[in-house]
Amino acid sequence: METPWERLSGRLVPVHLAWLGPPLLTAAGTLLATGGQPDLRAVLTMASVACAFLVVTGLNLVRLATSRFRVTGERVELRSGLLFRRHRATPLDRVRSVDLVANPVHRLFGLTSVRVGTGEAGRGLRLDGLTARRADRLRRELLDAVRRNDISAERAPIARFDPAWLRYAPLTIWGVAGLFAVLGTAYRILHELRVDPLALGPVRAIVDGVGSVSPWVWAPVLLLVVVTLGVLGSVGRYVEGWWGFRLERLDGGVLRVRRGLLVTRSVSIEERRLRGVELHEPMFLRWGGGARVQAVAGGLGRAEENRARGALLPPAPRAEALRVAAEVLGERRSPTLAALYRHPGAALRRRIIRGLACAVALVTPLAVLGRWWPVFGIVALVTAIVLLPLGVLLGVDAYRALGHGRVGPYLVARAGTFSRRTVALHQGGIVGWTIGRSVLQRRSGLCTVVAATAAGVGSYRVRDVGVAEGLRLAEDTVPGLLAPFVEGTTPMDRPPFVEHGPFKNT
Amino acid sequence: MPSGETWRLRPPRHRVERRAVSWWTAQAALVALPTPLVFAVLWLVIPPARFVFGWLTLGTVLPAVAYLAVMPRWRYRVHRWETTRDAVYTASGWLWQRWRVVPMSRVQTVESVRGPLEQLFGLSGVQVTTASASGAVRIRGLDRRTAADVVALLTGAAQATEGDAT
Repeated sequence: METPWERLSGRLVPVHLAWLGPPLLTAAGTLLATGGQPDLRAVLTMASVACAFLVVTGLNLVRLATSRFRVTGERVELRSGLLFRRHRATPLDRVRSVDLVANPVHRLFGLTSVRVGTGEAGRGLRLDGLTARRADRLRRELLDAVRRNDISAERAPIARFDPAWLRYAPLTIWGVAGLFAVLGTAYRILHELRVDPLALGPVRAIVDGVGSVSPWVWAPVLLLVVVTLGVLGSVGRYVEGWWGFRLERLDGGVLRVRRGLLVTRSVSIEERRLRGVELHEPMFLRWGGGARVQAVAGGLGRAEENRARGALLPPAPRAEALRVAAEVLGERRSPTLAALYRHPGAALRRRIIRGLACAVALVTPLAVLGRWWPVFGIVALVTAIVLLPLGVLLGVDAYRALGHGRVGPYLVARAGTFSRRTVALHQGGIVGWTIGRSVLQRRSGLCTVVAATAAGVGSYRVRDVGVAEGLRLAEDTVPGLLAPFVEGTTPMDRPPFVEHGPFKNT
Repeated sequence: MPSGETWRLRPPRHRVERRAVSWWTAQAALVALPTPLVFAVLWLVIPPARFVFGWLTLGTVLPAVAYLAVMPRWRYRVHRWETTRDAVYTASGWLWQRWRVVPMSRVQTVESVRGPLEQLFGLSGVQVTTASASGAVRIRGLDRRTAADVVALLTGAAQATEGDAT
């Protein structure tokens, strides 16, 4: 029997028409700001913006009118296009993930987008705008068909959103950086429309007021305002991204993450494509006792996409992160928790030198300027007094972060001071080894062992490990692969040990 | 430290063709020589600025010549390859050196690649891709016939094993 083709939802028409809103709003805003007399450049800018949006809307409507999709026994198909007809078919056994994404406009109309991911990067299918119910049914159909299993029976979630976690939000640097990004974008837009934001009434009043007050007063106030807005921004971002977060294991070997306040996301990861987890502890989050968890899984797209879609847990207490990591892997204890081997002293030397080099690179230009302007000499001296010890401290911290080991079937590697990552990569996911050595590494008897994998970001490194130790780690993780190419006084074929790493799986 | 054993990687069995040195030299010349050449021409045609362009020419030609003299020979000493029943093993690089091992069972595609310069020197390369996004393993600077043999061998071997861990 022929499966009928289905259309996307008709409610998409108003959604696409909503695209005409921004140009109308900017036009109105400009007219208001310029007192009804915009100059020629502003008019041209507005006209080109309006044209662009009209074209986008037109194309979207054409695509909507011509799009048809269906799921047959073997594949999911999408036809679209008026002039350029496209017919894309993805075999069901290639479907690796089904994501549901709904942006605020979509949600207003009860719509959801479905993204069907296959293993290959950029080869998925996108169905923009199905009714939420149809989208969920489609997700079930697809995942169902892939496994011929019932995935409806749900168990208690592995983790769910806890408002107390919001205290970790300010520890992500996003707030302040995001604030500057927003301000910069706003300024650029206003500038394009020939509106000088500094000339606007309220802004001007503030600037004038500030001018008459001593910098000892307004500098701390400005700092306070920036930090406050930054904190609000990062909390807002956290809430938007992770509100209603649920990580659950569905029957049939699927992990599903659902999250989001305005844009709701639902990412399904097949467990058989899960090759490990990564514990991510950026510096400030680490100081605050928090961590986030990232899946090392295949079929989630390119490296950047993988980082966004593989997120299993937002910044949360470290203990919670470790629990989630263990449960996701089906282990009793997270492999990232194991005591790891330290790296040779040469690795410490390299890191301290690197820290000092950064400090010197910052101080030198100041010192050079100091030859002509003595004030820079003093600044250079102060910077040096602060930065040189800081460089050493960061170097030591980076060294203390370094660690490696094999824990059960996992290769575990940890590194990083600003952004510390502890990865546990399953031996079954390793598709090759690269041993890299720079000139300096060769002189200090170190090497970097890189495990290539089809999951996550594609390669995971054990940095600056002793050569013999690195080779043994690789051989121990994937027995028999490296041994034929290793020479030494004793052959490597039969490693004289069982467990690699002080941690025992009990 | 877990053990006092001093294991290290042995070099893969086969060197690349001697002709590869000429190939790398030609390649390096194309990259490194244009800048000093431009400066030299400017030195010739603008006499008042000779002082500046003289130093610029000298300052760029010396590193270029050193690079041309050192890099290809150094590479030739390092670049090696080997295939066994179970794996492909390669060594490459000069300042930064890399040894790579890919198990036959994880090989997805095997192809021969040949750039215009390589063709000029009668050389060919073999590219082995796995499911990893971290890049293909390449053996460059093989004789054309050797490369064809390696491709045939690896294709056969890769088909005989199952599973690419995607």
